[in-house]
Amino acid sequence: MEAVYTRTNTLNGNLLGFCPGCMHGTTFKLIGEVLEELGVDSKASCVLAIGCCGLAQEAVSYDLATAPHGRAAAAATGLKRTNPDTIVFTYQGDGDLASIGLAETIHAANRGENITVIFINNGIYGMTGGQLAPTTLVGMKATTAPGGRDPKQHGYPLHMAEIINQLVAPVYIERVSCNNPANVRKAKNAIRKAFQNQIDGKGYSFVEVMTSCPTNWGLSPEKSLKFLEENMMKEFPLGVIRDNR
Amino acid sequence: MSNKVFMKGCEAIAEAAVRAGCRFYAGYPITPQNEIPEYMARRQPQVGGVFVQGESEIASINMVYGAGAGGTRSMTSSSSVGISLKSEGISYCAGAKVPMVYVNMQRGGPGVGTIQAAQQDYFQATKASGNGGFKMIVLAPSTVQEAVDMTYQAFDLAERDRSPVLILGDGVIGTIMEPVVLPEMKSDEEVAAMKAANREWAIVGHSRDEKRGFLDPGYWSTDMQEAHCIELDAMYRSWEENDVQVEELSLDDAELVFVAYGTSARIARSAIELLRADGLKVGMIRPKTLSPFPVKSFDKINYQLCKCILDIEMSIPAQMLFDVRLAVKERCAVDTCLRSGGNLIERDDIIRKAREILNGGAE
Repeated sequence: MEAVYTRTNTLNGNLLGFCPGCMHGTTFKLIGEVLEELGVDSKASCVLAIGCCGLAQEAVSYDLATAPHGRAAAAATGLKRTNPDTIVFTYQGDGDLASIGLAETIHAANRGENITVIFINNGIYGMTGGQLAPTTLVGMKATTAPGGRDPKQHGYPLHMAEIINQLVAPVYIERVSCNNPANVRKAKNAIRKAFQNQIDGKGYSFVEVMTSCPTNWGLSPEKSLKFLEENMMKEFPLGVIRDNR
Repeated sequence: MSNKVFMKGCEAIAEAAVRAGCRFYAGYPITPQNEIPEYMARRQPQVGGVFVQGESEIASINMVYGAGAGGTRSMTSSSSVGISLKSEGISYCAGAKVPMVYVNMQRGGPGVGTIQAAQQDYFQATKASGNGGFKMIVLAPSTVQEAVDMTYQAFDLAERDRSPVLILGDGVIGTIMEPVVLPEMKSDEEVAAMKAANREWAIVGHSRDEKRGFLDPGYWSTDMQEAHCIELDAMYRSWEENDVQVEELSLDDAELVFVAYGTSARIARSAIELLRADGLKVGMIRPKTLSPFPVKSFDKINYQLCKCILDIEMSIPAQMLFDVRLAVKERCAVDTCLRSGGNLIERDDIIRKAREILNGGAE
């Protein structure tokens, strides 16, 4: 019988280990499918962030190094500049990319490094257990903001895609989500474009993936989806922000 | 015909690195080592290499982490307070076994300190260059020629061990100009072959029938992490047997033995010449590797004759002193001759101290 759907070869069958309702697994699947479909999975190298994404490091079959917290874009810069034929991507959460690694994120984008940046935004620190993130919504509770995010104390959520859109060099910026099958397909197309740009030598591509964190939001996976759609996506609207041809 | 050239320490180090096959450099401006990034900015493009001015010390070390992870001979440099910022990245290189070379042209501290030469980073260099208790081979040049030779060798050591190697200089070594003989330039073919040899573990992309490149600065399993620490420890112990570099001067008859490295050792050497001319029996142990420390050299001292070991360093409080004491094992008195904060040790200070010890203070 012909197999019409199989697991991507870039996932080796080891446990991904993410919580129920988390969208890291979906995103890793999409990345893997895209790498295979573009025929570059054997040339790919992931610079992985610190955080929940580390749970995937033994479950993917491509080359991988974990960077210090926040520094993935700097490490990817060194790797790509010295190995231009390697397909280099970073995979980073909001604490990593938008808080501790803000400088590395902005400067790699500003230099127009020919890399692909996958940014997972769920508005909370996952691995450490629900602390306030730079993308936490106003009023949203966190273990370090028990009364909810208060703009007078914590400022407002950082809109990374829009901030990067202020720079001249980036070629492609899109915000997607994995909240339903239609958006998963759009997310995959965005990830494909972000890798195709690198293959074509076009430069820096940034894909922000809006995801949920049922564990640290304290919601069921189903209610998390609703929160993602009704609150997170209102603050962080989906869509293409820049697509230079 | 002499093939000596007259070069500043920082530039000579940068050129030696290029000749050793360094094809990636990232750094951030800080005095007194700006001539390294400036030289690299000119030189790397000439050899098909890459220079990046990082947005910070932190970004720079992590660019080197990425380039090293890709199998390219890579280097960064800074001075003292800037090295502190690199600590996490250095620890990651040690943990994930990413080879790289870095230079610390020490200045006064703590904090931003001064921009003049000091030796106040000894503990940081040899004991705790980052979290986790890793060790590195630390090379301490005393002349520009030695800085060149050590830099050239450092890349081989880093690659052999897949471990960071530190060139610990100071503001004098970095900015002084001296005639040097530069080492042979490795050919493009040699550089390519060295990189190809790293492909097995480098994260450059591997096909499905190959083992993937996987550089892991941490483990989910405590037992695996411990096994990694034990493996590293075995390597560190092998350094103590195989990789000590030291200069021993007149230990046989010495009644006073100086211990000094880098710029302090240059000054101590000139003091010895004058003291010996006056008939005072002074010797010296000059560690060229601060890690591994030349412990065995201290067994060559004749403790029947030796009255004192004098630790000479540009650091107050003294730091190398503790390694000296461990090596002396209370076989002899240990005293210090120190300056700090960017002030150089003066030859006359050393001579005065030596006379005090040997003649009971009589001039």
